[in-house]
Amino acid sequence: MLATLVSIAAALALWELVSRAGLISEQDLPAMTTTWRELWSMMQTGDFWTAFGQTVRGWALGLGIATALAVPIGILLGSSDFAGRAFRVPIEFLRPIPSAALIPLLFLTLGTTLKSEVFLATFGAFWPLLVQTIYGVRDVDPVTLDTARSFGIGGFERLYRIKLPSAVPYIATGLRISSAVALILAFTAELFMGTPGLGQIMNVAESFGLTEQVYALALATGFLGLAIYVVFSAIERRALRWHPSQRVGQT
Amino acid sequence: MSRRTYQAAAVAAEIAVPVAILAAWQLWTAQADDPKFPRLSTILVEFREMWLFSQFGEHVVPSLERIGLGFGIALVLGIVLGIPLGLSRWGRVLAMPHIEWWRAMPPPALLPISIVLLHSIGNRQKVSFIAFFCLFPILLNTIDGVRGIDPALTETAKSYGVRGLERIGRIVFPAALPQIFAGMRTSLSLAVIMMVLTEYFSSTSGVGYVLLISKNTFQLTPMWAAIVLIGLLGYLLNLLLILVERRVLAWHRGWRAATAQ
Amino acid sequence: MSISAEHLLEIRNVAKTYGTGAKATQAIADASFAVDDREFVCVVGPSGCGKTTLLKCVGGLLRPTRGLVLLRGKPVTSPPEEMALVFQEYGRSLMPWASVRNNVLLPLRHKRLGRHERKELVEEALEAVGLTGFIDHYPWQLSGGMQQRVAIARALAYQPSILLMDEPFASVDAQTRGDLEDLVLRVREEFAVTILFVTHDIDESVYLADRVVVLTHAPTEVKEIIDVDLPFPRDQIATKELQEFTHLRGHVYRLIKREQAEPSEPLAAATTATKGDRA
Repeated sequence: MLATLVSIAAALALWELVSRAGLISEQDLPAMTTTWRELWSMMQTGDFWTAFGQTVRGWALGLGIATALAVPIGILLGSSDFAGRAFRVPIEFLRPIPSAALIPLLFLTLGTTLKSEVFLATFGAFWPLLVQTIYGVRDVDPVTLDTARSFGIGGFERLYRIKLPSAVPYIATGLRISSAVALILAFTAELFMGTPGLGQIMNVAESFGLTEQVYALALATGFLGLAIYVVFSAIERRALRWHPSQRVGQT
Repeated sequence: MSRRTYQAAAVAAEIAVPVAILAAWQLWTAQADDPKFPRLSTILVEFREMWLFSQFGEHVVPSLERIGLGFGIALVLGIVLGIPLGLSRWGRVLAMPHIEWWRAMPPPALLPISIVLLHSIGNRQKVSFIAFFCLFPILLNTIDGVRGIDPALTETAKSYGVRGLERIGRIVFPAALPQIFAGMRTSLSLAVIMMVLTEYFSSTSGVGYVLLISKNTFQLTPMWAAIVLIGLLGYLLNLLLILVERRVLAWHRGWRAATAQ
Repeated sequence: MSISAEHLLEIRNVAKTYGTGAKATQAIADASFAVDDREFVCVVGPSGCGKTTLLKCVGGLLRPTRGLVLLRGKPVTSPPEEMALVFQEYGRSLMPWASVRNNVLLPLRHKRLGRHERKELVEEALEAVGLTGFIDHYPWQLSGGMQQRVAIARALAYQPSILLMDEPFASVDAQTRGDLEDLVLRVREEFAVTILFVTHDIDESVYLADRVVVLTHAPTEVKEIIDVDLPFPRDQIATKELQEFTHLRGHVYRLIKREQAEPSEPLAAATTATKGDRA
């Protein structure tokens, strides 16, 4: 929509103005045009794309493994009342641990390798997806289940035909959240530990005082984040459209 | 299996599973004898020594202050901005591109920038960083909460001539509050994460700083004790918020229960 | 129908169209009638005939596309202070976070009144609807009928001269409905208010009204205005046993049925045997 473009253009213009006019020194805030130019020239180099690819790789592996673990486990814990209750406490305690706190541990055990990055991303992305899957499997209208049971539909088939489809929108929401978390953690590993990727070259640029590059990289990372968000939000909306579900209101 | 037997078994499992996990940790670390994975008992001892209370004032307090301030600023800004945006379609159209952009931006990518821009690695930078990223969940939830207000309520207000600030204070804000609390929960856990990130990246105090230092000096037991503390902090803060929410939104639970037909 | 010099409330050629161009729906084509002081006027019509739209126009919540609503000769452009509106969805128009007392207090807060005066108004209003013991309860703790009484109390405390009611008892069970109908009649007497009451319940409209305005189906116009000569005080049993009641009711029913133009249903012909068909 036109208003969206106007709004964005105005913000970019403001950035340019603030920097060029010296309201914030150009040392601290490179001008908008400068930053874009820097990004453009970085994009011509192979190094940039290598790093970009490495970040995407860390993200994808982290998200992928987290999904492969969280969905089956979530289905299990969601569909079995007993298992759900038995593991409730450990989950409640492990969930709030910020994955960032594990960085030093990973640094000392797995080192500054892809493995550390993937482990971190996986650990972080696992929990939201697990929780959403559990909610999704549980949030079936009990009337639907009772009806199925009265028709003699067995437990496994109930799971497969009723609970799983009902859980799909929740899993889609979980994926949206987890995809963002995985990116944050992959980047964090790179920034803090120096595992290869965009975060690592940003760290290097910062230590050399190359502010323009730092801003350009932030821009690039922002676009990556935006792309992921757009894709997974679209998936989520699709999943929600055909299913009249009640969402657990989280952003 | 009868209902009572099942219940008893479930409760037993609820207790047994965490205990078993802890016991397994203890046993495994004891036999592995790897300094990187100290025994649970060692960690707990270190935990008590460090945090209760020798380094409490030095590190835990600053961290809590940063979380508190950052979250507090995000809360106030989120609501003050969110309510008008929720009420104004034009406001939303203009603001949403920006909100979506910042919300999708991975926070650590802005860490170096926040230091450069604010010329600080002290509280100014930390609180700003935390507040900035904690703003968005609250802002978005406030907007949603305001937009979701029952039109019957707004029409009633209109028909009785309740306008302006009075309308916002007496109707819009309370009606949106349940949704705002949902945003608060997300923001609070985000605040803990941001605190760790920003302290670990560059700081001279705080729990995240302890984490960094213990890594640099290869002192693993304090590192584990810090990890446990961070987890505990997150858990307790969340619990606190839930208790506050229960009190403030007592009417909401009753209302939901009554209308859930 | 006599036209007096100035009516309290005049609806003059009101029309309301939603949307523009191809998607325009004309809810009301041309509605005209007047309401005098202390009158109880009921508005009935087939479903979907824009009764609510009309009431909202009268109440100043919607602007008519054409025509005017005049209150004491002056056009209504926004909700006038003299009017109070009671909606059908009582549950959703009450604030769930506030007690009954604070709900009733809401419209009074910005009127220039002392605290003591406000407190009295609230208590009087709640007494009039019989909810004094529930003043500190929360809406969700009350039954549907009670919630609607809170909404009515809120309207009363506001001390309006005109009460607009939009199918207020439609979502309430039949027995409670009878009690609420009698409550509204009492309220009209006690508080000397004028009432404009929209309903789809024909019996209710005849039972309550001094006059019944029958609407056509969309695009809506006023089909007929019927004087209701039944004696006061009305009684749920005695009044409804009167021949005149049955007759009036049948008349209204027939008008509406004709509007709905549905395949013939057995009309209440058997019950109108006495005075012959006045249609």
